[in-house]
Amino acid sequence: MSGTVVEQAYEAVIGIECHVELKTVTKMFCGCRNEFGGDPDTQVCPVCLALPGALPVPNRVAVEHVVRAGLALGAVIPPFSKFDRKNYFYPDMPKNYQISQYDMPLVSGGVVRFRRDDGSEGSCRLTRIHLEEDTGKSTHMGSGDGRIAGSTHSLVDFNRAGVPLMEVVSEPELRSAEDAVAFLEYLRLTFLYLGISDVKMEEGSLRCDANVSIRPVGSTEFGAKTEIKNMNSFRSVGRAIESEIERQRNVIAAGGRVPQETRGWDEANGVTHSMRSKEQAHDYRYFPDPDLVPLTLAATWVDELRHGIGLVPIVAYERLEHACALAPAQLRQLLGDPALARFLLATVELHPDDGAFAQAAANWLLGDVLRILNERGTSIGAQSTLTPRTLAECAELAMGGAITSKTAKELLERVMSEGGSPKEIVQREGLAQLSDPAAVAQIVAQVISANAKSVADFQAGKENAIKALVGQVMKVSKGKANPQLAESLLRERLKQT
Amino acid sequence: MSAPHEWSATRIAAAVNAGEISAVEVLRAQQAQIERMEPEVGAFLSLTAGLAQEQARRVDEAVAAGRRLPLAGVPLAVKDNMCLQGTVTTAGSKILAGWVAPYTATAVARLLEAGCLPVGKANLDEFAMGSSCENSALGVTRNPWDLRRVPGGSSGGSVAAVAAREAALATASDTGGSIREPAAFCGVVGMKPTYGRISRYGLIAFASSLDQIGPIARTVEDAASMYDVMAGHDPMDATSLPRPVEPTARALRDDLRGLRVGLVREFDTKGLGVEIDAVYRRAYEQLAALGAEVVEVALPHAEYGLATYYLIAPAEASSNLARFDGVRYGLRVDGGSVQEMYGKTRAAGFGPEVKRRILIGTYALSSGYYDAYYVRAQKARTLMASDFERAFAACDLIACPAASSAAFEFGAKGDDPVAMYLMDYYTIPMSLAGLPALSVPCGFAGDGLPQGRELPLGLQLVAPLYEEARLFGAAHAYEQATRFGLDRVPPVLEGVR
Repeated sequence: MSGTVVEQAYEAVIGIECHVELKTVTKMFCGCRNEFGGDPDTQVCPVCLALPGALPVPNRVAVEHVVRAGLALGAVIPPFSKFDRKNYFYPDMPKNYQISQYDMPLVSGGVVRFRRDDGSEGSCRLTRIHLEEDTGKSTHMGSGDGRIAGSTHSLVDFNRAGVPLMEVVSEPELRSAEDAVAFLEYLRLTFLYLGISDVKMEEGSLRCDANVSIRPVGSTEFGAKTEIKNMNSFRSVGRAIESEIERQRNVIAAGGRVPQETRGWDEANGVTHSMRSKEQAHDYRYFPDPDLVPLTLAATWVDELRHGIGLVPIVAYERLEHACALAPAQLRQLLGDPALARFLLATVELHPDDGAFAQAAANWLLGDVLRILNERGTSIGAQSTLTPRTLAECAELAMGGAITSKTAKELLERVMSEGGSPKEIVQREGLAQLSDPAAVAQIVAQVISANAKSVADFQAGKENAIKALVGQVMKVSKGKANPQLAESLLRERLKQT
Repeated sequence: MSAPHEWSATRIAAAVNAGEISAVEVLRAQQAQIERMEPEVGAFLSLTAGLAQEQARRVDEAVAAGRRLPLAGVPLAVKDNMCLQGTVTTAGSKILAGWVAPYTATAVARLLEAGCLPVGKANLDEFAMGSSCENSALGVTRNPWDLRRVPGGSSGGSVAAVAAREAALATASDTGGSIREPAAFCGVVGMKPTYGRISRYGLIAFASSLDQIGPIARTVEDAASMYDVMAGHDPMDATSLPRPVEPTARALRDDLRGLRVGLVREFDTKGLGVEIDAVYRRAYEQLAALGAEVVEVALPHAEYGLATYYLIAPAEASSNLARFDGVRYGLRVDGGSVQEMYGKTRAAGFGPEVKRRILIGTYALSSGYYDAYYVRAQKARTLMASDFERAFAACDLIACPAASSAAFEFGAKGDDPVAMYLMDYYTIPMSLAGLPALSVPCGFAGDGLPQGRELPLGLQLVAPLYEEARLFGAAHAYEQATRFGLDRVPPVLEGVR
């Protein structure tokens, strides 16, 4: 049997499970602050340490976050939901059960629509989204590499214990590593746009596992899947899935069978390795948590949340794509910053269906505006002097030739410092571009007579000398002369002499 | 003139509030009584003299400043499964021996706020699992009516302390009868409120959906006053009822006119022996004599109470007790691995009855058994609640025994757990239905003892959900008319060994 035949005959089936730490003031079931970092065991109380007698009280904002996530992804919000206990012993889980949701999650279904790097569309449905609590953090000491194997003892920090955690489970509908990464990216962006999580993989506020199997193309049955863990960036998710697909293909090509198991991603060596087989799986003995009452989600409340969803990234993408022809890198940059995308869309909406304006506004925003913000160490969302309307005015003034690009940049700096309407400033201070041929011709004549050397250079064939002359026209006109007009008048006059 | 330790809580509070006696003086008398009684009775696992003194001074200052406290200067025993900041809190278990609670249970905090003086932590069956107090791993409590007999359980220390005048009031908790059965055994008043009336925050959980804190007192009026202080919504307990509480101490009545009292067809008392049967028959007649209309009601599913309870309670317990793992607090027996440490710690820390229930509960929740046991038990529970609903359509209160016998001798139930479980035959159905119920002394049974040394029996009165005022009101009328709990004192008080 030849390897190439196998390679063509199999397709990958990928499902993603994501854990997202929710951004709330307090933890899921107690009043402790929900903050990343902090000295070990400084954000703890009787409840999140599971002291005898302590009881959980659910965080309403966390419930809201999950429902909003579901609504943003077009899911169904059932009228009832409940919390269950997932029982297993682990030293960093204080109660030795995790409060989670078993058969009545807050969110059912939903779909993540995404765009690939080449702009093509893809989508993957969700099975469910549920709410649970995070565990503490174990640090294994004495093994050198931080692994539990070979360690002499472990330290546990309970600051993270009880942090609200949202679990998103996808259907096994992804067919490539690229799609899995794009799916994750749009999921991440959705939560970023909703403001419900920091979604930082490096801080652990977004963690994901991938279920991977392969099957003959055309088959409707699933092959045995492996669950891949320990991926700490989207890049490693992509690499791990690719490597796992390859490994499974090789196993099958060699006539073997892929056992159902959990595998860990080894970033350094670029391979997955077996962690535990399915036969060692826990019986979690789920049952409804008797410390918590079932949740009733009033339709009016859900509707209220639905109306407050706002812009979601896939819609932002489509509207930006419709509005102007941006390079993929620009589009990614805009999408990645919800405040920036919202700002541009608000600007673009001031002149709907004006592609040139939209393009100019985008260029201004991604160019000079971002540069000035960076220089000032702030962000579009944190500043208030520049508004979509004033950015639009800058773009309009520059596009219509009413001011020179130099004036426009200065104007932008001013507006971003002091606020105000660029159009009014231009009018009030006479900053309008000089485009009257007679007036510019007068300055051109003046410059030609005062710059004999440059004139001679140009006439001797030094094409560059024209630039110096145009520069002089701009200087004399205090930057207001239309530079294209100045250049053409200069050429005309110098040809005549 | 009698000493303050013999007074009712109502009388103590009135005297302290009126400045006739100081809380410090009440405490001094109380501590002398505790010193006399403890060698015989052994109601307490630890005494909290320092805390009581501090609190007595605070109460005296408050009274001097013109404040009136509902339970000013009233000595209180706290069942040792309730957290009281700074006190050793053990739940009667070796696994928590020496553990100092860093916070105070809501119910206890409210009692302190009301002026109670916490004199000590009362003994109990380990984790409140038992009906005789013999399952305490840390101490033996004897029945003040006959020191060769058990005080009942699990709140054995609480009822013995109140009966032996070691405290005017005691907190107790009831999961399947742990307030009502021992109250009957020791001839005091014990009341279990509607589930959710009193916050469970700070009560070391046995079975969360059944556990309720309630008062122990020598008079119905005292129990009502104590209940009034403890009851009411607590934001720290998600299962605490958000509805307002009507004060019950002001709803006490002197007759039962206009009330229909239901006698349960399935609770025939003939099987309890001629002597006990006669006591209950007379009790029912006295209810009628007080003006109640006595009717017969049916609880057809009551016979499944024990079976249902012994699935649900252990299931919840198996999960609730998982936190006692040696990692964060309490006993730790080191092992070569964390699993070994868990195993050794829990093997050494838990007693046989606790282990039995953890095993039963783990089994009932296990995959493959869950539907057959836990789910069916929940269905039976629902049926039992509807039984009561139907019964209460025909009556306003139900009257029945509070226990299956009078107090028995130590070791009488031997190693037969089911014989012990049967003590709660009459109390479990109400627990499963979440109903308010109390035990009030209703006579004496000789059980072979000489005349004048007979053992008290308890009449259980049960009200519909939230009808605590009706319950206390009727119990007060019965108590005042019959005086069984008021006129006789336990022989140990008269120096009888």
